[in-house]
Amino acid sequence: MRVADAIVKALEKEGVEVAFGIPGGAIMEVYDALYDSNIRHILARHEQGAVHMADGYARASGRVGIAFATSGPGATNTVTGIATAYMDSSPIIVFTGQVPRAMIGNDAFQEADITGITMPITKHNYLVTDEREILKIVKEAFHIASTGRPGPVLIDLPKDVTQAEIDFDYPERVEIRGYKPKIQGHPKQIKRAVELIMKSERPIILAGGGVRISNAHPEVLELAEKIPAFVVTTLMGKGAIPEEHPLCLGFIGMHGTKYGNLAVMDADLIIAVGCRFSDRTVGRFDEFAPNAKIIHIDIDPAEIGKNVRVDVPIVGDAKHVLREMIKLIEFKARKEWFDHVNELRRKYPLRYEFKEGVVKPQYVVEKVYEMFPDAIVTTEVGQNQMWAAQYFKVKYPRQFITSGGLGTMGFGFPAAIGAKVANPDKVVIDIAGDGSFLMNIQELATAVDYGINVVVCILNNAYLGMVRQWQELFYDKRYSATRLRYPEMSFEKIAKGFGAHGITVEKPSEVEDALKEAVEVDKPVVIDFHVEVEENVFPFVPPGRSLREVLG
Amino acid sequence: MKKFIAVLVENRPGVLARVSSLFRRRGFNIESLSVGTTERNDISRMTIVVDEDERTVEQVVKQLNKLIEVIKVSDVTDNSVHRELALVKVNAPPDKRGEIVEIANIFRARIVDVARDSFIVEITGDEEKINAFIDLMRQYGIKEVARTGVVSMARGSKVTSI
Repeated sequence: MRVADAIVKALEKEGVEVAFGIPGGAIMEVYDALYDSNIRHILARHEQGAVHMADGYARASGRVGIAFATSGPGATNTVTGIATAYMDSSPIIVFTGQVPRAMIGNDAFQEADITGITMPITKHNYLVTDEREILKIVKEAFHIASTGRPGPVLIDLPKDVTQAEIDFDYPERVEIRGYKPKIQGHPKQIKRAVELIMKSERPIILAGGGVRISNAHPEVLELAEKIPAFVVTTLMGKGAIPEEHPLCLGFIGMHGTKYGNLAVMDADLIIAVGCRFSDRTVGRFDEFAPNAKIIHIDIDPAEIGKNVRVDVPIVGDAKHVLREMIKLIEFKARKEWFDHVNELRRKYPLRYEFKEGVVKPQYVVEKVYEMFPDAIVTTEVGQNQMWAAQYFKVKYPRQFITSGGLGTMGFGFPAAIGAKVANPDKVVIDIAGDGSFLMNIQELATAVDYGINVVVCILNNAYLGMVRQWQELFYDKRYSATRLRYPEMSFEKIAKGFGAHGITVEKPSEVEDALKEAVEVDKPVVIDFHVEVEENVFPFVPPGRSLREVLG
Repeated sequence: MKKFIAVLVENRPGVLARVSSLFRRRGFNIESLSVGTTERNDISRMTIVVDEDERTVEQVVKQLNKLIEVIKVSDVTDNSVHRELALVKVNAPPDKRGEIVEIANIFRARIVDVARDSFIVEITGDEEKINAFIDLMRQYGIKEVARTGVVSMARGSKVTSI
């Protein structure tokens, strides 16, 4: 069997239903094989878009996302997408074409050393030099991408390898001696953690993206109710607990809730589950939760002790570890602490000022939440992302999809397309900024072409808003290169030019109707909300400061 | 604090690049790195010497362990044998030859090449011994030094193998 056909057959055996990509010279054999396959292929308009789609698909479904690109520029265009998936531990496999083996290293046409380039941003990658290894490599790639701490895997396929003939003998099992993720937590450590919890008067659970990955949300909720403890999340952890639950204090960090941030700083115990204590979440590392002991549960031992000191490390899968902890925990009322935190919540709610006749970006997100609480929401990066995170209260896991680690502008729209492919019956909304949306706007063609009806809500403030906010606060309002709009520009017309539907909203009274119209139209929709231009995101913990030093 | 780390890796192309890329990316400084085959032809062994604080060394070990092609990582700093080989090409005019041979003998080094006005001396030992020898050779004028980097092995029953 031709290797290209064997690869596609292997993907079918792995249950792959959809792949995203763009063909080109070096990967034409694989595309030729896809022609006869049941795997649905979505032709993106830029390889970065294809990888974000695969990533959005993976995040929304929990399955491995697949992307294809050709050699050289096709492959280098995947880099931002791969780095995005890597930082947020998203399981994808990217297949790239490569020049024939004999030409590698000769600077052939469309040659790029993509395995070298992606070494630091993949969980693992392969350059296939022997066609007899391809099936073992594909099997390993699925295993590596989806187990332990998930992440992107890249397989680089020289053209002559894809043309070679092999027997189709797909391995049943994988055995990699250098890769054995630890699932069960150490019982002694779990016991120590439980002792700390029972002693604690002011416990808080900090839930990260690992909770979603290990499907540990029921356990987080059960643990929180049994201790009882409040739950804060990281940005990636949104959805670890329903955000309207009385024990949930929202997400913490630079733009997290003030009451969540202050509660963490007052806690005497942090139970961190599947998070990596990023600078955006903890503020100043050495002043984070100064009075608290820290229990850190993570499947990646390298995350433990990397950024903050840890008192009880537990390496293992969150779901398994929490199950064991729950068995040993006994309920203990902590009334004083609960009163204190509830008082913080009452004193420092999220808020913004309403202004007559002006569309406030926060208001748009509030309306989206009010009208579509079950929608899957993706975000771009910047102010739009933070307002989405603040005002869209996530109900269930995998509902909120955002580029947390890399902060990739242009992620949200293609990710929304991927999420919609995984959940065709759900409303999928990308909360976007005007700057971010422009970065992958070409995927409107993809959405229209395949009838993938996502809704893009542009919070259009005619600025690279987050950069402008920093310029306002830290650079004496010197708005260097952040102004974006010119009078003739119309997202409505652009959308219509692609064959999508476009709506422009300039008054608060039009917001609801526009959103209603958006889900009724049988097309991808772009709503251009002309929002308050110089609105800032608050609360705001300036970079490098402790979570107590919060503005707004 | 100097740490000696033994790393067993798959004997495949690109593995060295992965390890060195990791050190560069994470900002770990490598003092020396040596690679060679082992008792099994599918496994190579690296000895990496790093001079970092304890927390960084812990990260080095953990990050190395995350590489799929790394099979085993052990700290072989203490209670181990550390050896390095160096070739030193030193000026050896006729009136100094006797002195140099004598010093070489004291260090159990060997003269492996004799030219009209220079020697190549081969010396094996831990880093300190080699440094001391090179220092002594400076007075004669060193033309060239090539060092292998340290290889380390724990003494006694402790074994880094699979």
